[in-house]
Amino acid sequence: MIKAILIFNNHGKPRLSKFYEHYSEDTEQQIIRETFHLVSKRDENVCNFLEGGMLIGGSDNKLIYRHYATLYFVFCVDSSESELGILDLIQVFVETLDKCFENVCELDLIFHVDKVHNILAEMVMGGMVLETNMNEIITQVDAQNKMEKSEAGIAGAPARAVSAVKNMNLPEIPRNINIGDISIKVPNLPSFK
Amino acid sequence: MALKIVKGSIDRIFDKNLQDLVRGIRNHKEEEAKYISTCIDEIKQELKQDNIAVKANAVCKLTYLQMLGYDVSWAAFNIVEVMSSSKFTYKRIGYIAASQCFHEGTDVIMLTTNQIRKDLSSPSQYDTGVALTGLSCFVTPDLARDLANDIMTLMSHTKPYIRKKAVLIMYKVFLKYPESLRPAFPRLKEKLEDPDPGVQSAAVNVICELARRNPKNYLSLAPLFFKLMTSSTNNWVLIKIIKLFGALTPLEPRLGKKLIEPLTNLIHSTSAMSLLYECVNTVIAVLISLSSGMPNHSASIQLCVQKLRILIEDSDQNLKYLGLLAMSKILKTHPKSVQSHKDLILLCLDDKDESIRLRALDLLYGMVSKKNLMEIVKKLMLHVDKAEGTTYRDELLTKIIDICSQSNYQYITNFEWYVSILVELTRLEGTRHGHLIASQMLDVSIRVKAIRAFAVAQMATLLDNAHLLTGNAQRNGICEVLYAAAWICGEFSEHLEDPVQTLEALLRPRVSTLPGHIQAVYMQNAAKLFAAVLCGQEGGAPASSETAQEISQLLIDRLPLFVQSADLEVQERASCVLQLVKYIQKLRLKEVQVGEEVTALFSGELNPVAPKAQKKVPVPEGLDLDAWINEAPSESESEDEKPRAVFTEEEEPRYTRTRHPEADEKELAKRREARKKEQANNPFYIKASPTSQKGYQDAPGVEHIPVVQIDLSVPLKVPGMSSSDQYVKMEEERRQKNKAEKKKKDKKKKGDKRGRRGRGDLGPESEEDITPAHMVDIVTEEMPENALPSDDDDKDPNDPYRALDIDLDRPLADSEKKLPVRTHRPLESPKSPGDEEGRGRVLEEPKKKGKKDKRENVKEEKKERKKSKEDKKKKKHKHERGEEPGEADQSGELTEAAAPPSSTAGEASDLDFWLSSAPTGPPKTQEAEPAAAAPGSAPKTTPDSAPGLAPASEPEESKDTEPEEAKSSKHKKKKPKREKEKKKKKKHHHHHHHHGDAGGDESVQNGTVEEEEPLCPMSNYILLAENSYIKMMCDIQGNLQDGSQVVVSIIFENKSDGFLKSMEFNVLDSLNTKLQRPEGAGPHDCVTVPFQLPPGVSNEARFVFSVQSIVMPQKLKGTITFIVKSEDSSTHEKLDFKLHFTCSSYLITTPCYSDAYAKLLESGDLKGSSVRLEGISMPFHHLLAMICFHHHFSVVERIDSCASMYSRSIQGHHVCLLVKTVDQTVSIDAKCDESSLLGNVLDEIKLTFSQC
Repeated sequence: MIKAILIFNNHGKPRLSKFYEHYSEDTEQQIIRETFHLVSKRDENVCNFLEGGMLIGGSDNKLIYRHYATLYFVFCVDSSESELGILDLIQVFVETLDKCFENVCELDLIFHVDKVHNILAEMVMGGMVLETNMNEIITQVDAQNKMEKSEAGIAGAPARAVSAVKNMNLPEIPRNINIGDISIKVPNLPSFK
Repeated sequence: MALKIVKGSIDRIFDKNLQDLVRGIRNHKEEEAKYISTCIDEIKQELKQDNIAVKANAVCKLTYLQMLGYDVSWAAFNIVEVMSSSKFTYKRIGYIAASQCFHEGTDVIMLTTNQIRKDLSSPSQYDTGVALTGLSCFVTPDLARDLANDIMTLMSHTKPYIRKKAVLIMYKVFLKYPESLRPAFPRLKEKLEDPDPGVQSAAVNVICELARRNPKNYLSLAPLFFKLMTSSTNNWVLIKIIKLFGALTPLEPRLGKKLIEPLTNLIHSTSAMSLLYECVNTVIAVLISLSSGMPNHSASIQLCVQKLRILIEDSDQNLKYLGLLAMSKILKTHPKSVQSHKDLILLCLDDKDESIRLRALDLLYGMVSKKNLMEIVKKLMLHVDKAEGTTYRDELLTKIIDICSQSNYQYITNFEWYVSILVELTRLEGTRHGHLIASQMLDVSIRVKAIRAFAVAQMATLLDNAHLLTGNAQRNGICEVLYAAAWICGEFSEHLEDPVQTLEALLRPRVSTLPGHIQAVYMQNAAKLFAAVLCGQEGGAPASSETAQEISQLLIDRLPLFVQSADLEVQERASCVLQLVKYIQKLRLKEVQVGEEVTALFSGELNPVAPKAQKKVPVPEGLDLDAWINEAPSESESEDEKPRAVFTEEEEPRYTRTRHPEADEKELAKRREARKKEQANNPFYIKASPTSQKGYQDAPGVEHIPVVQIDLSVPLKVPGMSSSDQYVKMEEERRQKNKAEKKKKDKKKKGDKRGRRGRGDLGPESEEDITPAHMVDIVTEEMPENALPSDDDDKDPNDPYRALDIDLDRPLADSEKKLPVRTHRPLESPKSPGDEEGRGRVLEEPKKKGKKDKRENVKEEKKERKKSKEDKKKKKHKHERGEEPGEADQSGELTEAAAPPSSTAGEASDLDFWLSSAPTGPPKTQEAEPAAAAPGSAPKTTPDSAPGLAPASEPEESKDTEPEEAKSSKHKKKKPKREKEKKKKKKHHHHHHHHGDAGGDESVQNGTVEEEEPLCPMSNYILLAENSYIKMMCDIQGNLQDGSQVVVSIIFENKSDGFLKSMEFNVLDSLNTKLQRPEGAGPHDCVTVPFQLPPGVSNEARFVFSVQSIVMPQKLKGTITFIVKSEDSSTHEKLDFKLHFTCSSYLITTPCYSDAYAKLLESGDLKGSSVRLEGISMPFHHLLAMICFHHHFSVVERIDSCASMYSRSIQGHHVCLLVKTVDQTVSIDAKCDESSLLGNVLDEIKLTFSQC
């Protein structure tokens, strides 16, 4: 079982948190902080597993993480999951994000956390791996987005226009974003399949 | 109006959306909290609008804020609203929000049941998908129970997308509602062979999760998984299956044998490291389960170790880590094969990655031998010096101690070396493990007699340099060591070179800053030292009498400081010692020789005792431990507790030493004598045998240890070279000398070895020629003979997975044929919104294919027709079974129960058969026989049961009831459905004026009791009548939609061996209350119970009564008549009963909101009454639950021990209660617009509580 999926940046700012067991908001924040603390002090070229048993209940649990550019992707799993399998799953997740957002960068995750949730929901459900095939995931996500668009229809048009205007009116966006917008680089791993 | 809409949508455009919110937060970095709080205010405004788009947008923003750590539970109700939007876009937003912040304690969850059910059956697969995904995150036991059937249906959905989600979520349903596992399992199993790989993978996933917790129940699936393993190409599935096999093999060694070959093939062939790794892991598990295995397995081990070596040598740190992890599993059973890779593992100790170093450390534990212990520990000590984080350093410290002390110091050849290591470890800064070092010091110096002199010298130095240990506040953990040091110096003071100096060190003013328990030990041991000095002085030269005088003075000077200690123990001991010293000084002035007497205070041999020895002491004949010695039962100090505390642990000698110096010395001596005698006769007490000690002192090697060469004053400070290093060299020399001497003294040594424990096969290298420099006075840990390692003990009773330990091979019993529909559920308010429909819904379920039939039935219920239908159905089932006897059938709910255990029995023997084909398995023929017989048994039943024949066999009969039951449920269903509709309307109504007051009230109405501590299950059903044939339980409920109707549900249970048929129900109508009979029937005609009952089966029927006045309770007399048909005879029986219509049964649980409630009370239309109940000891929430449950009230508000409750009668009377409890008195103030109704209800409440 996957107990939690966290994405935070190099400064520990959460970009996505998905807990498959219930914790209070405070505990969740504490877990994010502690996880960040543990993960961030590790060197680049050490192993991607961490025995942070106390973090999310039970010594059975492991943290499995990957670091891409400015983001950490952390999965907390128990012993029923294959460690290397989860590493690959993270890779699939990131590649899917990359496809869905077209050259994903941290900003995409910042502004579209709802979409990230939607993508994740097609991969992991209630802590169990639902789908690992990237094409299948993307097909489903696209189909749902299409539905959303068709529902918005004409009524959605003014909203879209306004949001375009809003974005136009705010030329300072890039200025405010001082967290590197480096797109996530996807290293070539030996394919899992 | 139109304008308003336009305006609304324009407003909406300028609402902040999620992106705006994020942008805003980023623009207000300095005052983020303030900005967010204004945003939350905006969101609250948005949520108040009617436009669902605005609400969805607000909820979307809330989801983001939740991630930032803001509590958004106040918006739970709005989330439910957004979830129930008809548009997918909003629905998805709602479900995501719910999955992020709903949990079992969220009260509005119970409002979602219908919405989720609607979404699950939505024609759009994405609506269903989104609902399933959301539900997987917040499913509660209630939801699981109510929706289990819907989800089960979805498992056979046409779209694989839905199927895989439905399969996965079943695991969550099982966890929350374990009763669903057995009925759902056949279908789950079916999904293992689903054409869609995604669904297959999901099913494997779920079964693996289930099997991981309770593997034994899933053994029978092994052949199926084996097939999958050899055919699947999906690595995810393979990994899961292989992991599952890893869990199964320990239970079935034959399985392991069968697995080895395909797994080895996979190891050779696969290129995916993850798969390779899991294969290796499972092979290891197999090898462990076959530990006594055949010789050819060494090849498999070699293969594993070899592959793991490749992993460890890989530059990828991940592989290295996993390699080490797997290696440690092999280590347990095949230490030799791992030891050959010692070089590699030692190399990993230097790795820059802490995780890898820790793993390597774990491995080291199993790799030490007498030869390499010193070397390895030396290496570890270097790491201790270099280590940065305290965690890693502490880990190293415990590992060093673990490694050295394992199996009774088996690998330590030189204890002086070990003591110096311990002393060196005390230099560690900020360790938490001071007590660990201390206990090692104590243990070693008590048990290894020859080391005492050395240890005492080291400890004296430690005490002298105590300031180094305690100087730094950070090092507090380590001062525990002083406890051990003081005790050792005091206890073995005869070995002290300069007791006076040590005594002085014990009494330094600085000591008073140490923790109390350490100071206490200091005091006691100062007294011991004092005694030793006195004694030495009296026996020796008179010149030292001055020193004795000096130390007496020293004690008298220093002790008062401790007499003032805040710690009681220190205070007490210090004042005792002080008085003693003063007294002795007085005696000494009179030139009395007191040395011997003072020493006697502390004399007595200290022997190590096995931890459990005390338990094994046989009870002397004639001693009755249970009998009272004195007739004083009030003081029940457990007598057997005390001695155990004294003797059990030799590591905590302070217990044995808490004698009072003041105690009468003669008395003490007497007791000591007695104890010595007893010990001498006690076979379990390990005696200090002078022979062994002597023999050991003769042992070669001891003389060679140049104790004096050690510079005792420095070892604490030497920076680079640690004192223990010299032992490594010395050890080398000693071993060589030993070898030389060995030949000569061969015989003699053998005699010495007698003291060693059965160290067996664990010693991996032939190291018998390395004799230890010191003997450990070993205590083998004795265990009671019957103390078997039972795995039951360590199971946590609260483990949620325990409930899933369900035998799946057992055929489904009658009651389980469909998902349990709890007609009488423990603890529920009978009309919770989700439940009523849940019931109706669930009843529909089992008849997926009988839809047509159902409709017909509703129209007309002609007996003949049904008969023929039944027959048809029968044929159908038979057909199915005949064709596929082994398979779990599609219509599992209907036929599975009736089907004899054929399929599963067949499976079980299938497993044997399958396993037996392994080369070493039992002979095939034996196994094959039952396997062949089992499938045969299935079709066997078919021929007899030709349609139209009278039921002959048991399974036949039970099958007969199926359609009948279905019919009755249809009968029942009409009502709930109508009720449902009304409910819905009602709910909508609430929702509207609900916005203002948060959802808190709702929870109290229905669910609270379930969340708090458990209450014994309650049932609405009360016994109506019973005889030897039949038992009737009944429940009376008002009918919501018709103010003049009451529904009586009666459960009929057949208690006889025969078949109950032609049941007819009749009551004697009164003017006020009448049974509603079918049209055309006379006022005294019977009503036929629409089913028959096979033996042991129960079923429920409902009867409708019309009532006119509901203000009074009423009793109606009635009769049930039926025919009991047993094998050879049939008799006509009847049973009388009295139906009691209480006033409470006219009440209907109706939620009410506090504002409406207040208005109602203010209106002044209500008449009041009150009642007091005395001596109610149950918790308040139980009390409320009882009232809610038995009298159909709902809680409006609850504040501490005071609650307001509301209910409404079927004719619209309002009943309000104010329940207060003080101590054991409950006072209920009630108001109602009909006073006689109120009076009766109160009487009934009183009666309820007087009964319990």
